Amino acid sequence: MRSAPDDITELLASLAIFADLSRPELERVAHTLEERYFAQDERVLREGLSGSGFYIVLEGEAAAIAGGRRVNTLGRGEFFGEISVLLGQAPVADIVATRPLRCLVLPGELLKEFLQANPRVCYRILVAEARKLANAVRSVG
Amino acid sequence: MKHAVISADESAGGMFRRWPFFQRLLSWTKPYAPFEQGSREYERYDWNSLLPEEKDCRALMCTMMDGTSYYPSRPEMERNLAAFAQRTGIAVRYGCRWTATRRDGDRWVLETTDGEYRCQVPIFAVGVAEPWRPQIPGIEDVPHYADTRPAESYAGKRVFIVGKENSGFELATGFLQWAKQIVLASPSPTKLSINTRSLVGVRARYVQPYEDHVLAGGVLVLDASIERIERAGAIFHVHTRKADAQTELILEVDDVIAATGFTSPIQDLAKLGVATVGRNKLPAQTPFWESATIPGVYFGGTIHQASPGLRKHGMPSNSGGVNGHRYNGRILAREVARRHFRIDPERPVLPRAEVVSYLLHEVTNGPELWLQKSYLARVLVRDSKRGIVDDGILPLQSFLDSGPADAVAATLEENPAGDIYPVLYTRRGGVTTEHDLSPHPLHDFHTRDHERAIVAALEGLLL
Repeated sequence: MRSAPDDITELLASLAIFADLSRPELERVAHTLEERYFAQDERVLREGLSGSGFYIVLEGEAAAIAGGRRVNTLGRGEFFGEISVLLGQAPVADIVATRPLRCLVLPGELLKEFLQANPRVCYRILVAEARKLANAVRSVG
Repeated sequence: MKHAVISADESAGGMFRRWPFFQRLLSWTKPYAPFEQGSREYERYDWNSLLPEEKDCRALMCTMMDGTSYYPSRPEMERNLAAFAQRTGIAVRYGCRWTATRRDGDRWVLETTDGEYRCQVPIFAVGVAEPWRPQIPGIEDVPHYADTRPAESYAGKRVFIVGKENSGFELATGFLQWAKQIVLASPSPTKLSINTRSLVGVRARYVQPYEDHVLAGGVLVLDASIERIERAGAIFHVHTRKADAQTELILEVDDVIAATGFTSPIQDLAKLGVATVGRNKLPAQTPFWESATIPGVYFGGTIHQASPGLRKHGMPSNSGGVNGHRYNGRILAREVARRHFRIDPERPVLPRAEVVSYLLHEVTNGPELWLQKSYLARVLVRDSKRGIVDDGILPLQSFLDSGPADAVAATLEENPAGDIYPVLYTRRGGVTTEHDLSPHPLHDFHTRDHERAIVAALEGLLL
């Protein structure tokens, strides 16, 4: 966890949303995303602030905090930030690293181009979003 | 603070005796600018001078340049740094190499070629200049950018450059009149700084090979993975694969150069627990450039690029260059003094009547805000006893994540459309609100509209 991974491509290959990509496609993606490290308790996304990005958790854990309440926990392979980017709105929750956190980040402005260039990743993200929605509906019900 | 400075180099400016390979820097200094040389406002146009307290040591870079370019040559930059060190009387022990690090009670011990140094706080400003190679089979057999031969030795050769960032394009530019064929390759498309609107991407000075490529003049810029490099006698076979086509493309060339970037020689710090981040494995840092994992270990200079701040709208800081990290350095000194030595001089008070004009001036002319957009901010704090306190220039991220005091941070930001505009972050009762002001075509925010917007944002807070 302390050292940056030698091969981001290998790590990407092990994440569900990139499972359908070939090695050259994974390398292209690895060169497109930027790796970030967040110390425990560091804020990753801030509620109400513009200009954020799309984050994929490589290692560690984060919590979504809305209205002072923990509403979700995010771990390896999960992603966040896409809703505010796609809707062009500021995040509605803080994301805070609850353990040392290593993420890949794509600036919000590049997300549309990224999804269009990687339709199989886009499909995997859609499936994950559908699952989240279904869980949310179930929990409300 | 009592301090010692050691350097493995024999004199100041060691890096510029080696790089960039083709002689000139990528950071400019404009001798003629809208503001007087040596003024704070002038710093925005002079990316290469360091920042002393002494007036006669300011804006040294422009006094060293011969007028043939606004990019200093390597010798000019080296003279700039040497003159700064000499005139400010900075005591440096040169020829002293840091070799190992250990903890001894509440002190750090730095082992060096001249013996041991003990300190409360080490700051490692060792640059990002150690050649780095990705894990590609065969790449260990080809020279790195740092080992490039004189350009004329590539006359009539087919040259394959691994990497499509500035160092790769710098070499390609230097080889244009010599090489028979130049191929630049990496998995992702080339970014140009004029498109990213930042120092990320190939700088305009090195775009000529790209134009040659798009006009099909002989330079090839490939978006392809490099799977392996094989030597075959006097030539190389470079096996590449394009991400979209899935087909292998094998190139036969005479020379291969790994323009794959640099890392930082942090020696045993990783073993001591300093986390690293990114392809180049730079130390992960807090907003105050402290190791994210080992408290009390700080970093200086270009390593600051691994403390990225908010990267709002994807915009990077300029901390990888002198024009950015020189401001970080001032803040770092203040933070180390405050946290570790309890030296915290009282900050000046700003009369309430001057708040608006002061902020308008800062967002129009403050070099820290212009050169470190959405990274550094001017911070004013409401103090119940003293009034409005100017807390100076601070990292924006630290302001947003710090205490509950009512305050405002003023910064400049840039949106994807390329608009540059002031932003105020106000904090009332612990709740932070972002106020985006409008851009101005001349970047002059001394307007009635901006004044009104600041008043509206600060009403009941500082006004």
